[in-house]
Amino acid sequence: MDTIIFILTGTFATATPLLLAALGELVAEKSGIINLSIEGMMALSAAMGFAIVYTTGSHLLAFAVAAGLAMLLSAVFATLVMFFSANQVASGLAVGILGLGLSALLGRDYESLTLQAPSALSVPILSDIPILGSILFQQDIVVYMTITAGFGLMWIIQHSRVGLILRIVGENPHIAHNLGFNVLQVRFLAILFGGFMAGIAGAYASTILTPIWSQGMILGRGWIALALVVFGTWRVLRVMIGAYLFGALLLADLAVQTLNLGIPSQIMTSMPYAMTIVVLAIISRDTLRIRLNAPVSLGQNYRPNH
Amino acid sequence: MIPYEFIPRTQPSAQALAIVPVLTVALSMLCGTALFFILGKPAGVAFYAFFIEPFLTSYNLSEIAIKAAPLILIAQGLAIGFRARIWNIGAEGQLTIGAICAGLIPITWPQSENILMLPAMIFVGTVMGMSWAAIAAWLRTAFNASEIIVTLMLNAIAIQILLYLINGPLKDPRGFSFPQSITFPEVALYPLLIKDSFLRANVSIYLVLALSLLAWIYVRHSFSGFRLLVGGLTPSAAHYAGFSAKRTVWISLLVGGAAAGLAGVGEISGPIGKLQPILSPAYGFAAIIVAFLGGLNPIGIVIAGFFMAVIYVGADGAVLQAGLPASAPIVFQGFILIFYLASHTLVNFKLRRIGETKEAT
Repeated sequence: MDTIIFILTGTFATATPLLLAALGELVAEKSGIINLSIEGMMALSAAMGFAIVYTTGSHLLAFAVAAGLAMLLSAVFATLVMFFSANQVASGLAVGILGLGLSALLGRDYESLTLQAPSALSVPILSDIPILGSILFQQDIVVYMTITAGFGLMWIIQHSRVGLILRIVGENPHIAHNLGFNVLQVRFLAILFGGFMAGIAGAYASTILTPIWSQGMILGRGWIALALVVFGTWRVLRVMIGAYLFGALLLADLAVQTLNLGIPSQIMTSMPYAMTIVVLAIISRDTLRIRLNAPVSLGQNYRPNH
Repeated sequence: MIPYEFIPRTQPSAQALAIVPVLTVALSMLCGTALFFILGKPAGVAFYAFFIEPFLTSYNLSEIAIKAAPLILIAQGLAIGFRARIWNIGAEGQLTIGAICAGLIPITWPQSENILMLPAMIFVGTVMGMSWAAIAAWLRTAFNASEIIVTLMLNAIAIQILLYLINGPLKDPRGFSFPQSITFPEVALYPLLIKDSFLRANVSIYLVLALSLLAWIYVRHSFSGFRLLVGGLTPSAAHYAGFSAKRTVWISLLVGGAAAGLAGVGEISGPIGKLQPILSPAYGFAAIIVAFLGGLNPIGIVIAGFFMAVIYVGADGAVLQAGLPASAPIVFQGFILIFYLASHTLVNFKLRRIGETKEAT
């Protein structure tokens, strides 16, 4: 029972960096851009965030600078893809590798150092409810903000004008152009948003979730975020559910190790990746179903004709 | 915002194609040196450690051969797919699975003196690397699932399989608490280039160069190589050439997987000599850069592979002698790919000042 409560309580925090990064990537992919540099952006912003909290103690400053730095990387990606018409897959990998390298460079003086994590936010009264109180109402502020951002984004994409423009650009950039929208501008902003979210995700991972620095601490969570977008079939709510599911799996991994249940922890670690492959195969087979949500122009560059 | 824009050329520029690698390397060196300067290292010292030092000792030259072999091999395999726009990002996983399966042979017969062991490992590693890639090919052709995502996910799963095996069934009982297999017998290893020396370079580099020559002949002189090349340039032209999309996917991924699996054998039968948690310093990803920097051309890839190997070896030395951080080569790799992608635009586009009238091309 204690283990289950431990998993459920920790799930929200564990899932938060996955969800933040996945929401950013979702917006970029909705505009037709696949950005494979999430892992690198998260790693760089994690190192930056850690360094700033370590030297100044300010989490707010750390999040702001980390997000800015990740946006800078995503701007490099955007420039490659849109100004230089470079391939999106290769450009994402290039910027991702640069991010991973810079992260290690920036973080090398902080190896194994720890930070004081800010205490969780207890919602008055509600947090006193037995069991549920500690699971739902004793989380840090970023957890609540991420959930809010998720629902906000869901509304924006489905019901607002901005969301409509984003979807048109991703569906058919030529039509969007003919309708008078600036395709490149929309995509540029979508990519920057993806960078911003990956930056917040990285800073959260290194300064709040596990406030101890080690090189490679992002541990493939950027790739999981990428998988989440596919797993959630480009729908915000499904991505959110998937993020909490994957978060629970990552924690169950820890629980299995400590409890010595005889299940190899590697099986649990592989689950998100295996599940993503299965879901991808199922949704891709049915062209109608994938047409419903997957941006049609995903991965294709657009050059406006003059 | 930017007063220039790129306009498409009617046909790719051969001059630009020749300039791209030179421009890429020059810009990367410039940026890398500037970065080290910012880090407070004298630029000259860093440059010397990175690009001169690797050529000065026989030990370093031997290390270049060790690192160039897997990079060139994997890149040759990937390039075939990349030309046809099949994105195999899973070489790291295919390398891992190839190594694990080939490693089962010496682990099962640790006392063997049978000289057929290495050929058997080469066969098993190649076939199993190919099989791991076949999952992605099958999911792409039967289910239309993106090979980019599938190969990426399979990387992560392959690493977990390796970690499980060397922490469990394949763990060396006398290896204290280290998660690693037993050390392989002599017959499981590639013969050294120079017998009984401290130089680790082995004959696998010859195998790699021979396969590169084959790749060159395949691309230049065979019809199917031509068709794969056409598939990469214009999909519609490939269609006219009668090349089925499904066959392109299968060939691209199987060849890429086979090359990566063989590279995996090269690691465990070469410098490593056993299974351990880290089999490759991200060769699978670095090979993507090698494939591009070599212009997806078999000869270019050999040159680019040696160049990348110099960076790996130079970085090792730079860490020790110039006090440079161990992550420096990763930053450098990032620069190379970014500058390559940016400058490669000049092949198919030309730079024009916005506002100039269109000239007939």
